[in-house]
Amino acid sequence: MAYSEKVLDHYENPRNVGTFDKDDSSVGTGMVGAPACGDVMKLQLKVSDQGVIEDAKFKTYGCGSAIASSSLVTEWVKGKSIDEALEIKNSDIAEELALPPVKIHCSVLAEDAIKAAIEDYKGKQK
Amino acid sequence: MKKPIYMDNSATTPCDPRVAEKLCQHLTTEGVYGNPASRSHEYGWLADEAAEAGRAHVAALIGASLKEIVWTSGATESDNLALKGAAHFYKKKGNHLITVKTEHKAILDTCRQLEREGFEITYLDPKENGRLDLTVLEAAIKPETILVSVMHVNNEIGVIQDMAAIGKLTREKGILLHCDAAQSAGKISIDVNEMNVDLLSLSAHKIYGPKGIGALYVRRKPRVRLEAQIHGGGHERGMRSGTLATHQIVGMGEAFRIAKEEMASEAERIGKLRDKLLQGLQDIEEVYVNGDMGHRIPGNLNISFNYVEGESLIMALKDVAVSSGSACTSASLEPSYVLRALGRSDELAHSSIRFTIGRFTTEEEIDYTIELVKGKIGKLRELSPLWDMYKEGIDLNSVQWAAH
Amino acid sequence: MIYLDNNATTQMDSTVVETMLPYLGEKFGNPSSRHRQGRAARAAIDTAREQVACLVSAHPSQVIFTGSGTEANNLAIKGYAAGLVSGRLFIGSTEHPSVTKTADQQARLDGWFKVALPVTENGLLSDEAMALLSTAKPGDLVSVMLANNETGVIQPISELYGQLGLKDKGIVIHTDAVQAAGKIALEFSVLGVHMLTLSAHKIHGPKGIGALIRDKSIVLEPQMNGGGHEAGLRSGTENVAAIAGFGAAAELVHEALAQTSEKLLALRTRLENGLRAIPGIEIIADKTERLVNTSCFTMASVEGETMLMMLDKAGIAIASGSACSSHDNAPSKTLTEMGLDKSRVRRALRVSLGKNNTENEVDTFLDTLKMKLASFNSVVSNVAI
Repeated sequence: MAYSEKVLDHYENPRNVGTFDKDDSSVGTGMVGAPACGDVMKLQLKVSDQGVIEDAKFKTYGCGSAIASSSLVTEWVKGKSIDEALEIKNSDIAEELALPPVKIHCSVLAEDAIKAAIEDYKGKQK
Repeated sequence: MKKPIYMDNSATTPCDPRVAEKLCQHLTTEGVYGNPASRSHEYGWLADEAAEAGRAHVAALIGASLKEIVWTSGATESDNLALKGAAHFYKKKGNHLITVKTEHKAILDTCRQLEREGFEITYLDPKENGRLDLTVLEAAIKPETILVSVMHVNNEIGVIQDMAAIGKLTREKGILLHCDAAQSAGKISIDVNEMNVDLLSLSAHKIYGPKGIGALYVRRKPRVRLEAQIHGGGHERGMRSGTLATHQIVGMGEAFRIAKEEMASEAERIGKLRDKLLQGLQDIEEVYVNGDMGHRIPGNLNISFNYVEGESLIMALKDVAVSSGSACTSASLEPSYVLRALGRSDELAHSSIRFTIGRFTTEEEIDYTIELVKGKIGKLRELSPLWDMYKEGIDLNSVQWAAH
Repeated sequence: MIYLDNNATTQMDSTVVETMLPYLGEKFGNPSSRHRQGRAARAAIDTAREQVACLVSAHPSQVIFTGSGTEANNLAIKGYAAGLVSGRLFIGSTEHPSVTKTADQQARLDGWFKVALPVTENGLLSDEAMALLSTAKPGDLVSVMLANNETGVIQPISELYGQLGLKDKGIVIHTDAVQAAGKIALEFSVLGVHMLTLSAHKIHGPKGIGALIRDKSIVLEPQMNGGGHEAGLRSGTENVAAIAGFGAAAELVHEALAQTSEKLLALRTRLENGLRAIPGIEIIADKTERLVNTSCFTMASVEGETMLMMLDKAGIAIASGSACSSHDNAPSKTLTEMGLDKSRVRRALRVSLGKNNTENEVDTFLDTLKMKLASFNSVVSNVAI
């Protein structure tokens, strides 16, 4: 199976790899997937007091498409409000990266990671 | 050094130039292109002669006689013919067959088909090192057992089964023994009589011959009977119909001739390269070799790099052609069933890479591969949340993962 | 050497050989592997699949590559029957053994019956055959070859089946088009069949590769189990070089079809005009529509086998029956089924021309045949005195 140019680009030059302090109250951490299934994504969002995502970092264990999906998402969420970020759909990710059918689950996982990170962030604000 | 470096010699091998040359003589217009079944003219005779010389080389490598070799289109067909052919012929004698969970799909899928037809199949678990426990095999044998099928060398982990011991047991019990030798022929010695094997599958393209040709050894003393699976003109003494591809037979013959001649020295050279690769990779933290190292063909190294997913590693190693799991199943995302049968965790199975070194692998290529893998593992682990957790001392098994 | 046995096998085109060579050399990857070498091999198979599909105006996804025409015939019949509990197999009586023997094998199973469809002295399905076919029920299978390997007789299956409305009745139709391909235009959908068998080595492609073209509404059970290659219908590592060669050969014969048929027809007319001038020679199915390359005839006094050996010594390769059954010396089944008496069947010879044959070769063959017949007749008459 040949990967698309965009997947290769994200895979070879992943954006925003790294970690924030997960105990920081402005940071939401989402960890989705399972090692047994072959992919685990960790997405962290740093949210401003105004509810805007200022920065994002990720780490991913998984195939090239999983790495590219999470790398892409860190670019997309930056500058968005929480509500806007929640509107990112897996189909947008799959389309942007031209993922083949067998890799659609990678984009689903990336969408789940955004939701999980925002949920974590919201939990911390209560 | 030419890139990509090919280290996937268990998936397929390039034709040896000597094989290609011989084969081409039978492809081109100047060559012998008759139908070997044409009994009436020289074109047919020459083709038949060439085919018979090929048969002799194949027979010689496994200690068989000419009349015990049946040509097929490949090891998959040989496996199908052996299992279905024997099961159908001997079904009045019994309906039970025994095999192992780590067999090639050609065996497992054929067994599933036989199950649908009403046969009973026992799938044995190998030991953790990939080898079959003889007491487990013996315990599985029933009065209705007609055939045991065990592969000589596993395609993923390269582990060698003790065929002679298995053959001794099956012969004592009066049960047929089939052996898939696609991965062992030309790499380690095979003697069908020492092993007491009754049926043995061979492939050409795994030992520097062409694709699309294989053979099945069918014992004549004591005689093993098979029901044909492909019907027609009655080629191959009625066991397998269809026009023989002379150039492929000639190619397979030449590949087997070379293998017999060079096997010993080649095994030594390849073994050294493999050991060098292993040593180089063992410097990396958290690596696990899959399968027994003591009973393994020289060219195979199957190794799991913990906390790195296999497919992304393959992508990172794009200058080295390797595989994760077997090529036949690599279109699916399931972790290798072979490694799971060995009791490997899904994580380690997902993290496995198979390097298979061959006749044309050089030391320079091994050195390059070691350095490349080291670098890429480092990079991917930096990306891996699991690696962080490992470094923080978190037990991954204690984490509640949301399975999806 | 003059090769006049092109229905047994053909010489590969040099273009075909050139297409194949890289896949025996540097492009050796396993098409199931996901690295570059694997993908290059996969691409070759994709191209060939399109080329083979194009030869019969089918969609590439309808092509299943097999190890031979024989295997494709086996897959069509057994693969189809395996999905059903019972049924009848209507089989032409002059079929290739890979069809008849497979049907015989299937008919050994409970619930399955083989019905042989008789032919006239011209090799065409007889009235009796049509009457039998009209009793076919939904789910039954019909397999009659498009063109016969021994006589070249072309069976007008679309017309005949159309008259009986077989397809509309839900009867499944297979045809062995191994001999017809590359010699007459084939359009899968126009033919009105569900399955069609092809072989590469009869169209100047390599041995060891064939294909079954199938209507995807037909459910087939794989006959070779394993890694699930060819859409799960035929496991086994693909014979990449042979598949690539098959594709190239299909494209070549397809492109040159009109031109080749014209040439072959002219050659055969020359041949048959010459044959008709020889006393005692009778051309089988002379007035029937036949493949333009095939001429099967009987001689007055000489056995086919004897003449064949004499011609071989003179450097001419022909056949007395089909090569596939040459292992046994039984008289040709096709000719026997056409009602020829035993002694005449034994006096039959088959010439099958190919695109590489020349007028000179045909003339040499005719001269040699005449000479050998004359010498044989003189020997025989001497003995008679």
